[in-house]
Amino acid sequence: MRLASLRQLTLTRFREFIREPEAVFWTFVFPLLLAGGLAIAFRDKAPERALVGVAPAPSGDAAAAGVVQALMLAARGDSGVPRLRPLPADSVEEVLRTGAVAVVVVPQVGGGVEYRYDAARNEARVARQQTDDLLQRAQGRADVVPIRDVTVRERGSRYIDFFLPGLLAMNIMGSSIWSLAFAIVTQRSKRLLKRLAATPMSRLEYLLSFVLSRLLFLGLEIGVLLGFGALVLDVPIRGSIGTLLLMAFIGAAAFGAIGLLVSSRSRTVEGVSGLTNFVMLPMWIFSGVFFSSGNFPAAIQPFVQALPLTALVNGLRAIMLQGVGLGGVLPQLAVLGAYLVVSLAVALRIFRWQ
Amino acid sequence: MRYGRHLDQIAGSLALEVIGLRKSYGSVQAVNGLNLSVTRGQCFGLLGPNGAGKTTTIEICEGLNTADSGTVRILGRSWDTDATWLRQQLGIQLQETQLADKLTVDETLALFRSFYETGRSIDEVIDLVQLGEKRTARVVGLSGGQKQRLALACALVGDPVLLFLDEPTTGLDPQSRRQLWALVEGLKADGRTIVLTTHYMDEAERLCDNIAIVDHGQVIALGTPRQLIASLGADNVIRLGMGEHAPPDARVSLDELRGLPDVTHGREIAGGFELRVGSVQAVLPSLLQLAEQRGIRWTELSTHSATLEDVFVALTGRELRDG
Repeated sequence: MRLASLRQLTLTRFREFIREPEAVFWTFVFPLLLAGGLAIAFRDKAPERALVGVAPAPSGDAAAAGVVQALMLAARGDSGVPRLRPLPADSVEEVLRTGAVAVVVVPQVGGGVEYRYDAARNEARVARQQTDDLLQRAQGRADVVPIRDVTVRERGSRYIDFFLPGLLAMNIMGSSIWSLAFAIVTQRSKRLLKRLAATPMSRLEYLLSFVLSRLLFLGLEIGVLLGFGALVLDVPIRGSIGTLLLMAFIGAAAFGAIGLLVSSRSRTVEGVSGLTNFVMLPMWIFSGVFFSSGNFPAAIQPFVQALPLTALVNGLRAIMLQGVGLGGVLPQLAVLGAYLVVSLAVALRIFRWQ
Repeated sequence: MRYGRHLDQIAGSLALEVIGLRKSYGSVQAVNGLNLSVTRGQCFGLLGPNGAGKTTTIEICEGLNTADSGTVRILGRSWDTDATWLRQQLGIQLQETQLADKLTVDETLALFRSFYETGRSIDEVIDLVQLGEKRTARVVGLSGGQKQRLALACALVGDPVLLFLDEPTTGLDPQSRRQLWALVEGLKADGRTIVLTTHYMDEAERLCDNIAIVDHGQVIALGTPRQLIASLGADNVIRLGMGEHAPPDARVSLDELRGLPDVTHGREIAGGFELRVGSVQAVLPSLLQLAEQRGIRWTELSTHSATLEDVFVALTGRELRDG
């Protein structure tokens, strides 16, 4: 092992990367755009109010008309209940079918009401409950037990809080695998790999230089994304920064090794692109970047949990959101470490230099 | 003594020895029992058409490819046992390598220099290949000749004892070729051993002390350029063009031409004949006389001193550039 050549090789990787403006853009700016877009989509706002339609009372029925009138009166000025909208008699079926309203209140002869709604829709069931409550109180029903509502909005429980560690992990995976696969296969197709193999360069050094240069950029990448998350989106980082960095570094090294493995044989960039997507696609779907991986059936959980991105996502989430320490993420670190060692060993063995 | 360190460790006088080398790709026998020996300090040329097996042979010698059978000894050692040592001693230029586009000339050489334990300084090598003005230019902006000189510089940073140059001037303009030839001549004068492949006979004639003509994976002739040309038994070549539309009675046969004094060999070529002769002066009068008698109008009459190209034609019946 010659330190001078490891340094030169790593410098080469660094130079090639920063002299490719497009690569810099996709690595640093794209995740920020994505996080910013999501922050706008999931910004704080008042809880949505459901829309409830009220059909006209049967004509000439005073009792029914009274119930409707009391209901409309009770709802006026109360922002905590569904919005009520009177409907023409003939449009009840249509508004239900198109989902324009969550529930339709149909007054019955003699003062009773009928609620029509789709019980499979959560918001419809809630709106029905709230409307019924309003209606019954307007008719004089009193609470038996005194109650008080205290609502909380806790930092760390928003979707953006859940999503940011996933985005960070996905970015580490994508940039690690892509940057290696692209650079190596380009060098192979230009026969530069063969030229390097004709020098005394150590092959381990060559492969290590990729991993090292990835780590250099990783500091920047996670710095930018975490800084944006903490300062602009107010995403919490409850665990220690040290543990977080260690997790990210081991993750980047593992995905770097997977990138090496993916590009160990391909001769063309087109070929390695397909292979890269094939490797990453299951992880985009199953690893819980966008929604919890716990939603998948128990039968495929062993597969889901064995994916390296699942380990990285869960590890980063545990550190950032729950403040878990190093001891708590050891299983995830072990999974990533195993991918690192096995991929690197296999890549070294099957790597095609020509 | 420039190579004191290296020379102590090199046994014998042979820089390269290849015995009974064979290599096939599927059903294609690329190298078919090839033998070579290159003594130290000489410039040795592998001359042959494209597909003759030159590159496969040289890549096996460079340790980049493996033979099916046969022995290769480089500087008295073998790739099986001394690969690490050998890598430090060799300078290699591959056919059509593209170096990293985004690095500068300086950075490229610093990278290659870092692989060698000892070697020349980057300044020295840049001066040698005359790329001083392009030091900070990126590789992507270099001309073909400059790229080729940079590739040669990469082969030289390790101060190699033995240099392998695979088609160093293919695809270059005449001026760049002459520049590269001058560089190689300088390296020869330095006492380095050079093994180069080429399909240009003028290149081989000018640069090489010894030449092996390679065809179908075998050495079909071996010697100095002078010896090879002398082996033709004729110093000169005359080409005659008769035109496609000459009347039958105004024609001449190959046998008649072969019968002329001092003609050692003749063959038909498209639209005419090619004769190998001892002396042009001795043959020309009888040619002209024959033409006058028959009313033949030669559409072409040219003469040149015999070259390696003629040697190749004599050996294979094909021309080098036909491939």
